[in-house]
Amino acid sequence: MTLLELRGVTVRFGPRTALDTVDLQVAEHEIVCLLGPSGSGKSTLLRAVAGLQAVDAGRVLLGGADQAGVPVHRRGVGLMFQDHQLFPQRDVGGNVAFGLRMRGAERGEQARRTDELLRLVGLPGAQKRSVAALSGGEQQRVALARALAPEPRLLMLDEPLGQLDRGLRERLVVELRGLFGRLGTTVLAVTHDQGEAFALADRVVVMRDGRIAQAGTPLEVWQRPASPFVARFLGFENVVAATVGGAAADTVWGKLPVPDGSPQGARTLLVRPDGVRITDPSQGLRCTVESRTFRGTHVAVRLRPDDGPELEAECSLAQAPEEGASVGVVFAADEVVVLGPDEGLKGVRRRREQTLQGGRSFLDRVDEGDA
Amino acid sequence: MVLARREVVGSLRGNAARLGLMAGPVAFFAVFFAYPVAAIVGRGLHTDGVWQFGRFGEVLGRPDILSVLWFTTWQALASTALTLLIALPGAYVFARLDFPGKRLLRAVVTVPFVLPTVVVGSAFLALLGRGGLLDELWGIRLDTTVWAILLAHVFFNYAVVVRTVGGLWSQLDPRQEEAARVLGAGRFAAWRRVTLPALVPSLAAAALMVFLFTFTSFGVVQILGGPSFSTLEVEIYRQTADFLDLPTAAVLTLVQFAAVGAVLAVHAWTVRRRESALRLVDPVRTARPPRGTAQWAMLGGVLATVLVLLLAPLAVLVERSFDTAGGHGLDHYRELGTVDPAGGAFLVAPIEAVWNSLQYALAATAIALAVGGPAAAALTRRAGRLVRGFDALLMLPLGVSAVTVGFGFLITLDEPPLDLRASWILVPLAQALVGVPFVVRTMLPVLRAVDERLREAAAVLGASPLRAWREVDLPLVRRALLVAAGFAFAVSLGEFGATVFIARPDNPTLPVAVARLLGRPGELNYGQAMALSTILMVVCAAALLLLERVRTESTSEEF
Repeated sequence: MTLLELRGVTVRFGPRTALDTVDLQVAEHEIVCLLGPSGSGKSTLLRAVAGLQAVDAGRVLLGGADQAGVPVHRRGVGLMFQDHQLFPQRDVGGNVAFGLRMRGAERGEQARRTDELLRLVGLPGAQKRSVAALSGGEQQRVALARALAPEPRLLMLDEPLGQLDRGLRERLVVELRGLFGRLGTTVLAVTHDQGEAFALADRVVVMRDGRIAQAGTPLEVWQRPASPFVARFLGFENVVAATVGGAAADTVWGKLPVPDGSPQGARTLLVRPDGVRITDPSQGLRCTVESRTFRGTHVAVRLRPDDGPELEAECSLAQAPEEGASVGVVFAADEVVVLGPDEGLKGVRRRREQTLQGGRSFLDRVDEGDA
Repeated sequence: MVLARREVVGSLRGNAARLGLMAGPVAFFAVFFAYPVAAIVGRGLHTDGVWQFGRFGEVLGRPDILSVLWFTTWQALASTALTLLIALPGAYVFARLDFPGKRLLRAVVTVPFVLPTVVVGSAFLALLGRGGLLDELWGIRLDTTVWAILLAHVFFNYAVVVRTVGGLWSQLDPRQEEAARVLGAGRFAAWRRVTLPALVPSLAAAALMVFLFTFTSFGVVQILGGPSFSTLEVEIYRQTADFLDLPTAAVLTLVQFAAVGAVLAVHAWTVRRRESALRLVDPVRTARPPRGTAQWAMLGGVLATVLVLLLAPLAVLVERSFDTAGGHGLDHYRELGTVDPAGGAFLVAPIEAVWNSLQYALAATAIALAVGGPAAAALTRRAGRLVRGFDALLMLPLGVSAVTVGFGFLITLDEPPLDLRASWILVPLAQALVGVPFVVRTMLPVLRAVDERLREAAAVLGASPLRAWREVDLPLVRRALLVAAGFAFAVSLGEFGATVFIARPDNPTLPVAVARLLGRPGELNYGQAMALSTILMVVCAAALLLLERVRTESTSEEF
């Protein structure tokens, strides 16, 4: 069942449009991550749902009820702020119990629930501790407990792990996903970190300039970025203009194989680094090895072809060529993705909507529409 | 579109709330400040149904008035320069050095600032005046020279510089200076090129404040200046009380008003600049124990300054209060409890002034909080020109001649519906006028520092706007409210310029009683003045030390 629905929500800050007719649905018990660069409107979307930001057009529905005119404190949603915003004058217990107190819960109930939640987030017995004395990770846990305590129907997280160091972040993402799964919490989270989004979410929504650029499961988005923007945002660099004809595409790097059934005509191609295979100089595209970067599990190799932009390839340490070496490059068809156009045309938006409602992948529909 | 309209309505409601909060303070200032001042000015300049603006030329052309203007200006400039010179090392020591007893010393340094000007005057009289300590020891008397006034002004304003400049200094990241050192700047060059520029706005703000206080100085000059030195404020008092020359007093009031208005405008400008981006850090992390000869010498020098300049006058004051004809004793204090059979300046025992003063000051504090609190709340969110004008209005009582306000009270609040002449409330009302700016200045930074998102967090957790204010703002502001109350109390207790006009002979306040005792000849009166001043000093210092406790217990606020 749909818990949260946004219909054509628009928010303007002066001449700038922070949210541009956004449609979005979040089902009950679903974890959705909004992913995008800073300024793409992610946080504004959360604030609009919470009622902290008035919307200029469109509607926000929670459990089917229009939220226009419902003040923040009556919406029954939870929001975890980017920098937690714990109340400095209250101890940990006072922070966690705040929402329960506002709801008029009895003292005994407050204490029981606070105890339960602090246990849940791994800080048992921390009630009397001062908020100022907590480490970043602990603050994050208290903020989470505080947001969960009143049992909000929708929990929103604004860059929940943004300020923590990498190791802690990776551990907490796993913990959070497990926790939300156990509690059956519906979650709408915001992050600019793709790793975080992919690890946490059932569904990822990539945003750009106040619009939704792509939505789908983490796997779908990762495997088939919808547009050059999404591909570049995910860190892919081998993006090139192409003319697709049949099972091949003409590019500055030569003729590249494309998967069967790819859309035809003038397109943009993404070649995953995995699909850039390095062979001996007599085969394929001739390149010079520009640099090698050790990445732990593999080596990222930058290749400069005689013509066209640089390429990034991935290979094992044993197979990595020396810097300055001359190599040949061939491309693997299953690692090539034909991307959609960058700017959201009307048709794309319509399809996007369908994708959000339907269970099938975005790309299937793009293919259908273009076939 | 429906939503857009509701947003407009919402912001209108916010404005209405703000205007509602401002209504009380505005009404208070209109009735008890603007009206009396305007009435005095009107009486002085508006005779026979015509405005006599020609009097400006007449008055300002008189050589004696010109010399008063000249003296007022140059002594204020000299006092300001001297205060900066003497207090800057103090600012450094409090900002950058960590040493045992620092908290106590900070409190001690602040005591002079809340002392009534009358007490400061008597203390310096006891140190530098006829029969004073220096007179007895070496036959040196400074009370007939301008030095007594300048030193008393430094005494009074030392804390202003240490607090304003030192406060910012302690929050400047020392690593900025370290970065300059690593890039090849010497110790002094690094300070001059990195720290000093960052301090300039706070230096300017402190200098302007000291200038303002010394430009309008009344009690100190009245007691130490003798017949030869007179500031504008003292001259306004003389023209009003001694010569009953209202036109001259009115012209001088307007001149002072204009000068102070200009200074305040510059002040507001520097404050706005000070709020511009400086990366500030927690002051706890920037102070280090002194290390090396230079730092120890600096600490020693500051301690010596505090001892000689701040503590010695107070110590002498206390000593003189016990110094009777037959050796040291409590005679002067005992004498305070009796009514002078010869009539004298008092209809009641001088000790009654203590209870009067405490009651008046408490009432004044309540009024100042009731007026200043809503004003600060209305000013919390930065808004349009209207609100900024309101901000400036609140500062004006600091600059308008207190003597004019006091005399204005006498001539305007004497007929129905506002016949307050016989009412005790008149004195607290006048004192509260001076207290309000302190209340607003203390509360505003704290209210503004409350992160809007804390309120949002409370709202998301189910708190209505009013509840959010109670749960989030109030606990954070409670301490500031206490501190503001303390300041208002101390300032009200020491208010002299306006009170001297409106305190009734049978109900004198402490400062008024001290001034009257000092104004009469005789060893006994002098001793009693010292004893009363000591009591006043103890009450003020106690209030301040109490405040210091409240203030340092707070962790999340700074001001």
